[in-house]
Amino acid sequence: MMGSEEQNRINKHPILSEEDFEIVPFSFNGKQVSGKKGEMLSSALIANGIQIFGHHPKDHAPQGIFCANGQCAQCTVIVDGIAVKSCMTPLQANVKVESVEGYPALPEDDEEVVFQEIETVETDVLIIGAGPAGLQAALTLGKLGAKIILVDDKDRLGGKLLLQTHKFFGSVTDSYAGTRGIEIAKILEKEVQLYPNIDIWLNSPCIGVFSDQLVGILKEEIYLHVKPKKLLVATGAREKMLAFPGNTLPGVYGAGAFQTLVNRDLVKSSEQIFIIGGGNVGIIAGYHAIQAGIEVVGLVEALPKCGGYKVHEDKLRRLGVPIYTRHTVVAVHGKDHVESTTISEIDEKFQPIKGTERTFEVDTVLIAIGLDPVNEFYHKAKEFCMDVWAAGDAYEIAEASSAMFSGKIAGMKIARSLGLTEAEVPKEWELKVEVLKSHPGPVVQREKPIKEEGIYPVFHCNQEIPCDPCASVCPKELIAIPDGGILGLPEFQNQEEIDCIGCAQCVAVCPGLAVTLVDYRDDSNNPLVTIPTEIFIGKIEKGEELLVVGEDSEDLGKHTVEKVRILKKYPNTQLITVRLPKEEALEATSFRLPKGKDIKEIQKYQDIIPDTAIICRCERITAGEIRTLIKQGITDANELKAITKIGMGACGAKTCTKLIEKLFREEQIPYEEMTPFVQRPLFVEIPLRHFAGLSKEEKQDD
Amino acid sequence: MTKKYDVVIIGAGSVGVPAAYAMSREGLKVAVIDELPSTGQGQNKKAIGGIRATHTNPSKILLCQESINIVASWEKKYGTDIEWHQGGYTFVAYNEAHERLMKENLVIQKEAGLNINWVARDKIIELVPGISQEGLRGGTYSPEDGNSSPLKTLHAIQKQSVIQGTDYFFKESVVDIQTENNHVKKLMTNKGVYEADYIINAAGAYAKEIGEMVGVNLPVFPDSHESGISEPVKKFIDPLVVDLRPGKGTKNFYFYQNEEGKFILCLTPEPLIPGTNENETSVFLPQVAQRLINLIPRTKHLKMRRTWRGLYPMTPDGSPIVGKVHNLEGYINAVGMCGQGYMLGPGLGELLARLILEKTSPHDERMLEELSFYRDFGKVEKLK
Repeated sequence: MMGSEEQNRINKHPILSEEDFEIVPFSFNGKQVSGKKGEMLSSALIANGIQIFGHHPKDHAPQGIFCANGQCAQCTVIVDGIAVKSCMTPLQANVKVESVEGYPALPEDDEEVVFQEIETVETDVLIIGAGPAGLQAALTLGKLGAKIILVDDKDRLGGKLLLQTHKFFGSVTDSYAGTRGIEIAKILEKEVQLYPNIDIWLNSPCIGVFSDQLVGILKEEIYLHVKPKKLLVATGAREKMLAFPGNTLPGVYGAGAFQTLVNRDLVKSSEQIFIIGGGNVGIIAGYHAIQAGIEVVGLVEALPKCGGYKVHEDKLRRLGVPIYTRHTVVAVHGKDHVESTTISEIDEKFQPIKGTERTFEVDTVLIAIGLDPVNEFYHKAKEFCMDVWAAGDAYEIAEASSAMFSGKIAGMKIARSLGLTEAEVPKEWELKVEVLKSHPGPVVQREKPIKEEGIYPVFHCNQEIPCDPCASVCPKELIAIPDGGILGLPEFQNQEEIDCIGCAQCVAVCPGLAVTLVDYRDDSNNPLVTIPTEIFIGKIEKGEELLVVGEDSEDLGKHTVEKVRILKKYPNTQLITVRLPKEEALEATSFRLPKGKDIKEIQKYQDIIPDTAIICRCERITAGEIRTLIKQGITDANELKAITKIGMGACGAKTCTKLIEKLFREEQIPYEEMTPFVQRPLFVEIPLRHFAGLSKEEKQDD
Repeated sequence: MTKKYDVVIIGAGSVGVPAAYAMSREGLKVAVIDELPSTGQGQNKKAIGGIRATHTNPSKILLCQESINIVASWEKKYGTDIEWHQGGYTFVAYNEAHERLMKENLVIQKEAGLNINWVARDKIIELVPGISQEGLRGGTYSPEDGNSSPLKTLHAIQKQSVIQGTDYFFKESVVDIQTENNHVKKLMTNKGVYEADYIINAAGAYAKEIGEMVGVNLPVFPDSHESGISEPVKKFIDPLVVDLRPGKGTKNFYFYQNEEGKFILCLTPEPLIPGTNENETSVFLPQVAQRLINLIPRTKHLKMRRTWRGLYPMTPDGSPIVGKVHNLEGYINAVGMCGQGYMLGPGLGELLARLILEKTSPHDERMLEELSFYRDFGKVEKLK
C-alpha cells in the first residue's frame, strides 16, 4: 500500500499542518491505490496522480476537477456502481472507483423500499451558507434569541475562510485583521457553538426554493423542507469563467478550486501553474501556490495594473513571479490535460495583438478574473414572495472582512423584522462595511526615514487599503494612521521620550508582510533588518544564508541570518534578522526561495481558433455555435437553450450564463434586448431516493 | 403601418408554429404573433415530448397519427435532428379495472386503425426492465408512438416555416381584434396593426382571453402539472410508460427515457390545480419520486436535475376545440389542447391548412365536427 508521502501531497507547509489521518486502500479502474479516509475522493484521486475522471459522452472530452465545490458535475466518478460527485464524496476504505465513460448505467438494484414522509421543519431564520457572512449573521441573531437553522453543504463551518491561509486586512477590532482566515473560521465556529438556539446542519446542501415558500435541504442524506419566517442567503460567490480554446481541459480551474485542493485538502495538484487575473484572488492564489511548493510560471492581467492590493502583488513579485499586465491567455493546450498555455499582449479593446504570443509549459491554469454572487436562491425566494435577505458575496462581491459586517447587518435587520430588537443597525456598521469594501487607492511614493540611528519600523506599503493591524498592535502607540480610520497609510510617530522597543509585533502582524524593523543601535553603517516571511518550510536557523530582495524585487544578494524570532501570537510568521549595508537596509523587504523548475517557453504556438472555446461545459457547446445563432438574430437565451441545450446540464447554467451574456455583448446586442435564462430548481442534483424519504442508512439496514 | 397577411396566427407555440409551417408550405402568407420573446416559450417547452396516437377520441387518433408521420420523417426530409425516437407507448395494468379499461379502449383504437395490442406481463417486463412485477398483469403497447424533443422539434418546424416565408413577431401582445360585418378585419397589438383573411387563435393557456376579443366564449380553463428531468443514464427503457394507478395526491403518472438517457417525468395531480400559476412547488418531487421508484425501484439512484410546472388548457370533455365559428368569418379556433398540444400540433396544422384552403376531405369534416366548438361536451375522453 502506498503511503501518503509517496503521493502528490503537501506534507510540509509554512502555515498548515496535516491532521491525523488513516490511510485506506481503494481502487481506480482496477488499479489499487490509497488515500486518507474521509478526504474528498477527488483529492484522493489527484494525490494518486489521477486527474482525468472520465470522458464526456458527447465528444469524449476529458473530464476532471473543476469547481471542487459540489456545484458542477465535472468530477463525477462511479463509486461501487453509482455515479457521484467525487469532490463531495468522502473516501471510504475499499471502494471501487471507476471513471465515467459514456453515460453511467443505473445499478440493477431492484429491491423494493418503504417510503417515508418528508418532514417540514419550522424556524425563525434559515441561513444558507456558513461562511463569514452567514456565521456573523447567526451570531448576531443568536445573541438576540432567534431560533436559527444554519446550513452548509461542507463538513466544517467557515466557508471559504477555510481556504484562506493568509492574514486578513481590515480592522483588528471589527474584523479580525492580522488573523488568518482559517483561524477566523475557528474563532467563529467556537462562538456559534455557544448558542443552543443556533441549530447547525453541516453536510446539508440546499437544493432549491419552492413557491410554497419551503426550502428543500438534504440534511445529512435526509431530505426535508424548512419553512422559515425569514430566509438569509449567504451562499458566497462563484468564479467567473473565461472562454478560450482549451478552457475545459482538466487542469483549468478557478483559484477557489485550487485553494480547496491545496489549502484544505493539502494535495499537490500541480507542479507549474499560470494565473489569469491580477485581482486579490489571483495574486493570493499565486502566493498560496508558492507556499505549497508549486511554481508560479506567470500571471496575466488584462488591465495596465493589477487590481489587487499592491502589498499582495508585491509579495508575489518579490518571490520572483513574472506579472504580465495588458496580457491575456489566448489558449490552453494539451491532449488530455493542460500541457502549456499561450498568452498574448492585448490592445485597448482587449483584443490580442498578433505576433505577441508566448507559450509556456505549465500543468495548471487558474482563472481568477472575478467573482459573481451565488444569488439563485435569493432571486427565487424573492420571486416567491418570501421574506428574504442576502449577505456577504451573495449580496455584493467584496472582501471577507466586509462580508462579516454585511452578515452582522443582515442579522440585525432580520432581528428587527422579527421583533427581537428595536435597535437600529448602528450607523458605524454601515460605514465600516463601506470602508472595508473600498477599492485600493493610487500607489504613492513614500519618503524613506532619514534618521540612521535607533530602531524603528519601515513601512513598505504605498497604497491606501482598509487595514490597521500595525497601528493596533504597537504597545507604545507609536504607529498611527493619519485619518484616524483604517484607510490611510500607517506612519511611525517619532516621539520625544518614547522609543520603539523593537518588539516586532507590527512586523509580525502585517497581512501584507510590508513592515520591516531597522536597528542601527550597534552598527549604524550596517544595521540589522528584521524581515517577516511565511514561505519557508521549517524554522530558519541562525547562520543560514538567504537571498534578500528589495522593495522593487531587486536582488540584494545573499545574507547571513543573524537571528530568527517567532512571536507566540503569530506562530507561522518567521521574523528573520539579517545585517545589511545601510544603503540597502531601508529597501530590503523580502526573501526569495531558491529557484525551482526552469520556466520552459515553447517557441512555436499552435493554431488558435477562438470559436472552439467551450461556453457550456456540461453540454459541450462552443462559442462558435452560440455566436452563429446570435448572428442569426436570437436574443433570447432560452431560445439558445432550446436549440443547442446550452445551460441544460448538471450545473444548472452556473458557468455559462455569464459567458453567454458576454457573447451577446460582443455581438452588440444591448442588454435590455436580451432575455436571460429562466432559473428553476434544483440548484444541485440529488438522487431521487431522497425525495421518497429514503436515506442511505435505511438501505444498508435492509 | 398595417401589415397584410393571408393568415395571422396568435401564439408561436406547439399549435401555432406547425400551422404556420403547413400553411406557408401551401403558399399562404402567414404571420405569427407571440408576446413571449421566442418560439415555444409558453407551454411548448414545458411539454415532456411524448407523441402518441393512443387516444379514444377518433379525431385525436387521426390527428396524432398525422403528427407522428410528420415528426418521424422530419429529419429525413429537412435534415434537422429533432431527437425523434419511435419507442412506443405502454400503459401498464396492475389491477383488473385498468386491464378492463384498456381492453375496452383497444376496440375503439383498433377501429380507428391504430397499431396497438394488449401484451402479457412478460412482454412488459422486457419493455421496461426493472419494472415492479408484483401484481403486474400486462398492458397495452403501441409501437408506432414515440417521442422527440419539444424544443428542437418546434424550432426545426419554425425554421422551415420561415424559409417558406412566415414572419414571426415576438414580444408583441394582441390587444384587440376588430370585426366588421361578421368578418374579422383587423388585429391590433401593442406594436402594430395586422389585416388578414384568417385569424387563428392558438393562444394555448390564454386562448379564452383571445376568444373574448371576438365574443367567442371558449370553455378553456388551464390547470397545472409539474414535470421533472433527471441526469442522463445509460438508456434501458424504450417506450413511454403510463401508470394509471392513483398515488397519494396523484392520478396518472407517465415518463420516458429520452434519447440522451434522461428520464422525463410528469404526473396528474389529484385534485387538479386550476389556474395559471407556473411556479414550481415542493410537492412534486416527493410525489414523483415515490411513483417512479414504486414502479422501477432501481431509479432510486437516479439523480434529479430540474423541475418545472406547465399548464394544460383543459376543455370540459378533454378534446380540443378546432375550427370556424358561426357568424364570424375568418376566425378559427385551435385551442383547448388539454396538455397535448405538442402531439396534436403537427397534424392539426395540416388540418387547419386544408380548412383554410378549402381542401378538407370527408374525414376532415368528421374531425371538425367532433372537435367543433358547438359539440356536446358531455362525452369525456378516457385517456386524457
